[in-house]
Amino acid sequence: MRVTVTINGQRRSDEIEDRLLLVHYLREVAQLTGTHVGCETSLCGACTVLINGKAVKSCTVLAAQAEGVEITTVEGLVKDGHLHPVQEGFWEEHGLQCGFCTPGMLMLTTDLLSRNPDPSEAEIRHALDGNLCRCTGYQHIINAVQYAARKMRETRKSA
Amino acid sequence: MFPASFQYHRAASVKDALGMLQQFGDDAKLLSGGHSLLPMMKLRLAQPTHLVDIAGVAELSGVREEGGKIVIGGATIHDNVASNQIVRNKLGLLAEVASAIGDIQVRNRGTIGGSLAHSDPAADYPAGVLALEGEIKLESSSGSRVVKAQDFFVDLLTTAIKPGEILTGVSFTPHPARTGFAYLKHRQPASGFAIVGIAAMVTLDAKGNCERVRVGVTGLGAKAFRPAAVESALAGKKPDTGAIGTAAAHAADGIDPLSDIHASADFRSELARVYTRRAIQQAIARIKT
Amino acid sequence: MAAGIVPKFVGSRVKRREDPRLISGNGTYVDDIKLPGMLAAVMLRSPYGHAKINSIDVEAAKKLPGVVAVLTGEDIRGKLPTLITAAPAQNVPYHPALAQDRVRFVGEAVAVAVAIDQYTAQDALDLIEVDYDPLPVITDPEKALEADAPVIHEQFGNNISTRAEVKSGEIDRAMREADRIIKFRLVNQRLAPVPMEPRGAVAQWNPGSEYLTLWSSTQGPHLLRSYLAEVLKLPEHRMRVIAPEVGGGFGCKLNVYAEEVMTAYLAMLLNKPVKWIERRRENLATTTHGRDLITYIEAPVKNDGTILGLKARFICDMGAYLQLLTPMVPGFAGMMMTGCYKVPAMAFEQLMVFTNKMAPDAYRGAGRPEACFIAERTMDMIALELNLDPAEIRRKNFIPKEAFPAQIASGLIYDSGDYEPALDLALKHIDYPKVRAEQAEGRKHGRYIGIGICSYVEICGIGPSPMLPPSMKGGGWESATIRMEPDSKVTVLTGVSPHGQGQETSFAQLVADELGIGIDDVTVVHGDTAIVQYGTGTFGSRGTSVGGAALMMAVQKLQAKMKKIASTMMEVPPDQLTFNNGTIAMASDLTKSIPLQRVVDASYGHKHPIPGIEPGLNEAGFYEPTACTFPFGTHACVVEVDADTGVVKFLRYVAVDDCGRIINPLLVEGQVHGGIAQGIAQALYEEVIYDENGQLLTATLMDYAVPKAEMLPHYELDSTVTPSPINPLGVKGVGEAGTIGSTPCVVSGVLDALKPFGIKNLDMPLKPEKIWRAIQAARKA
Repeated sequence: MRVTVTINGQRRSDEIEDRLLLVHYLREVAQLTGTHVGCETSLCGACTVLINGKAVKSCTVLAAQAEGVEITTVEGLVKDGHLHPVQEGFWEEHGLQCGFCTPGMLMLTTDLLSRNPDPSEAEIRHALDGNLCRCTGYQHIINAVQYAARKMRETRKSA
Repeated sequence: MFPASFQYHRAASVKDALGMLQQFGDDAKLLSGGHSLLPMMKLRLAQPTHLVDIAGVAELSGVREEGGKIVIGGATIHDNVASNQIVRNKLGLLAEVASAIGDIQVRNRGTIGGSLAHSDPAADYPAGVLALEGEIKLESSSGSRVVKAQDFFVDLLTTAIKPGEILTGVSFTPHPARTGFAYLKHRQPASGFAIVGIAAMVTLDAKGNCERVRVGVTGLGAKAFRPAAVESALAGKKPDTGAIGTAAAHAADGIDPLSDIHASADFRSELARVYTRRAIQQAIARIKT
Repeated sequence: MAAGIVPKFVGSRVKRREDPRLISGNGTYVDDIKLPGMLAAVMLRSPYGHAKINSIDVEAAKKLPGVVAVLTGEDIRGKLPTLITAAPAQNVPYHPALAQDRVRFVGEAVAVAVAIDQYTAQDALDLIEVDYDPLPVITDPEKALEADAPVIHEQFGNNISTRAEVKSGEIDRAMREADRIIKFRLVNQRLAPVPMEPRGAVAQWNPGSEYLTLWSSTQGPHLLRSYLAEVLKLPEHRMRVIAPEVGGGFGCKLNVYAEEVMTAYLAMLLNKPVKWIERRRENLATTTHGRDLITYIEAPVKNDGTILGLKARFICDMGAYLQLLTPMVPGFAGMMMTGCYKVPAMAFEQLMVFTNKMAPDAYRGAGRPEACFIAERTMDMIALELNLDPAEIRRKNFIPKEAFPAQIASGLIYDSGDYEPALDLALKHIDYPKVRAEQAEGRKHGRYIGIGICSYVEICGIGPSPMLPPSMKGGGWESATIRMEPDSKVTVLTGVSPHGQGQETSFAQLVADELGIGIDDVTVVHGDTAIVQYGTGTFGSRGTSVGGAALMMAVQKLQAKMKKIASTMMEVPPDQLTFNNGTIAMASDLTKSIPLQRVVDASYGHKHPIPGIEPGLNEAGFYEPTACTFPFGTHACVVEVDADTGVVKFLRYVAVDDCGRIINPLLVEGQVHGGIAQGIAQALYEEVIYDENGQLLTATLMDYAVPKAEMLPHYELDSTVTPSPINPLGVKGVGEAGTIGSTPCVVSGVLDALKPFGIKNLDMPLKPEKIWRAIQAARKA
């Protein structure tokens, strides 16, 4: 079957097998390997991408279901050569070690901050329920989210 | 991680979907948010030949008020239920249950119809829908019918839905005045599903006695249920600590509890009693008088 | 660096240089590698814990369009030898890459399908028919020792792999002279390491040059090359192993796996690149597990709390086959089990037992968490038995500061230590007297608060080569090459293979300071055997203490050469020169200098030939440590137990760690945080469960509880700094410290909360139901 989507602002159309999972479409067909596969059970969140701005686990969506949507992957976060505040936060606060869960964490954070621009530590911990990290013990990730939130609030204020 | 082959069909309308169900019969499965079905297919525990995708059917999605009821379309995602202002203002318990499901990504994708139709014994929604006495609308090519939540959950992964039917919506009566609610959940640490989840809703009369107590229990047995003995024990009573404790002690009565590596039958039953007590207490504490 | 020059980078919170690629989706993990014509391999795995294979029918699978090959154990019999165990063991079973005749644990590979993609390969697996005869299963290592237990490897006659005894000091006298002997049983449950990136391998064979390239998610590419060379009978110079971006390891990727062997073998057999990517279910069933140690402890003590000795019997569950270091791990547990304490005598017996389970191996801490758990539970037991304060009992038995370097009963020599300040600091942070008062008050009202304390010491910087098994490839040493390029930028090749630890940053900090250059002028390269000189790899918290020391050796050689060149140019003796801010300068007057670039030009160029000095700026260092390092610290926590549900809630978590000199506090914090999380996970959440039929009940992440952010506390960190005299950097190592300190700390806290119920001991993980049951039983009693 044919699927037409917009990925990181680029429209594309591909012939695919009906059973192809979105994460495999992104990684194998669209050649965007920043989105990772970490589990088989929709649990670890490493495959998180944004569909129309909302964080979803791309391992639990068929590519076929993505017809007509706008997808943002980690590769789409950099704008005009500038890191997204969320990326900046993870870098500044050492929010990653092995980096495997990071793309999913970044995409989830983007969704979180769009609904809650100033989350508390408890709110961030709760929001991370769908994203596992085995390296950081999460604390630096929480710092990273807070850094990004601060930065985004400041940018909005000055705009 | 790699589903077996199937044919994917995108339905444009409920009618369209019903037509396909009729055409493919037992070989077809409905796909909504996919958060119950796709995980099974990825492990090849489910291998349907045809998938009929109803997620994009506009008439199945959204919250509307209709004749004093609040109606939620079957393909409405959890996040839209949890964040909807009508639901938050008038049906707070449902918003609370919806926001306790899975995680943000799951709530962005999973749907109320999909969750209820799957009837996972540890799912959150059934507890809330039971406590709220929701009415589930099922449509087929021969017409539609409404099933009360009480009658909807039949057994493990089994509901009153018949072949060829689609769960198109659930309707609820808004919370009356002097009503409080709570959804408390003992999470299975790995999956986030409920080892036990208790949805409680209490309405007090003008004197402060229990006018109506509704409790939905998930996780404990093969299917979600309302513990009748808990509800009736408090009816008309003053909800003091003693009365709540006595009532909550019946939360697991007559149930054959599930048992797994995360919680034995005994412990599940005890959790049901403890969380029922706490949920009722919290519901009452939240009543605005 | 000359005295008076303040380090610009070492000691600072320099943000990581690895990150820009990882936060933008530009990291290349093994699954991201795509080669023209690449095929996908998928393994068919045993559904039985123990069964005889009667036959395997692969004909239908082979006929499926898109399928290129299907192999079973019969296809490799006699062609591929047994997989390798490097650690000494008495009974070492034959371990084929694909099962032959029998399967011995759930998940054991029985066949492999190779196809154009993973979907098709998976379809092929569904068409393979295996005829099994189930055999009796044994999963409990203690039952496996019984006379009538089913025997897993018939040639040995029983299920014992190895029996070993270690005895030191006058343990019998200690037992005689004790006022009392405290006896108890401890269980370190079986854990799954669960790196977020599962394992994976890509192999490419060039038949023309007879050259194999293997990308693998590994912690030790050189070790892997050496072992693969042995199994595949290839010379090492015709093999290149690349560890690309590796998504976490924690010990489980320090191994040589059947799938790595098979991927390489298939690429050679089929003359096509082959990729195998582990799925999470496979990861939980077939990647090495950790811990799984039962210990019977006897501690002779005086009534004043003085410990006289420690005796232990270890039942070590080895699983069905031995992986690379499976038999080595329990040894560390025994050697370190006396902890931070003066224990003049010790003895332990190890019984290593086969069961129908996956083999355990190194997992974050590898023996030291078990050791620390023994030492710390012993301290708590003594305190409980003698009604002494758990902090004071530790203080009383600490090896005193003056005793360092201190030889302990097992013969190890602790390099440096000062245990009391760390304990004091941790107690101060939690406000020990105040929280004890709150605890007493709470108990009056049915609030169960517990205070956990754990003073740990661990062994790092592995290490002098004799610390590793004689049959282990490589050694305890580490290597580095430093190259100043013609534009005076620096390339470092390190033999360690970091996968999250951050040495691309910390090593650049070291080099930048030593050479007086910017951190962006240094690139650290690792993980490719065709580029990097032989190295041992990243494990045992050795990256910086051994790998960093090797780098310092190389740096010093480079500095000496560059000073020699500068000396002739400046007409100043080399020993009066130093590196400063892009120049080589007189140490006594930094304004008298020449730019580094001029020295580099002199070395590489033809304009300034310096007689007697070889051209080029390329130096290597191979560092063999003289001894191990012993980081230490005290963790303290305050927890509250809900007596109705058994749920444990954290009120505080404080960690005071001493890892010697700190190069980058930000990275050290990250290591400690992650370590604590994994240690807490063992205390409260995680356990690999097999049922009595050998079925793995924790087969997906829906059942194996890797903790989420909400399940972990906010960590409060502090440190003391006791430099190690062993290596030139004064560093000790920090990768595992958090894991080692946190598990006993949390268990101590929970049991302290349960003290009013008379509960003395509970086995991990302290799940709500276990706690609730113990409370119920206590209430009934």
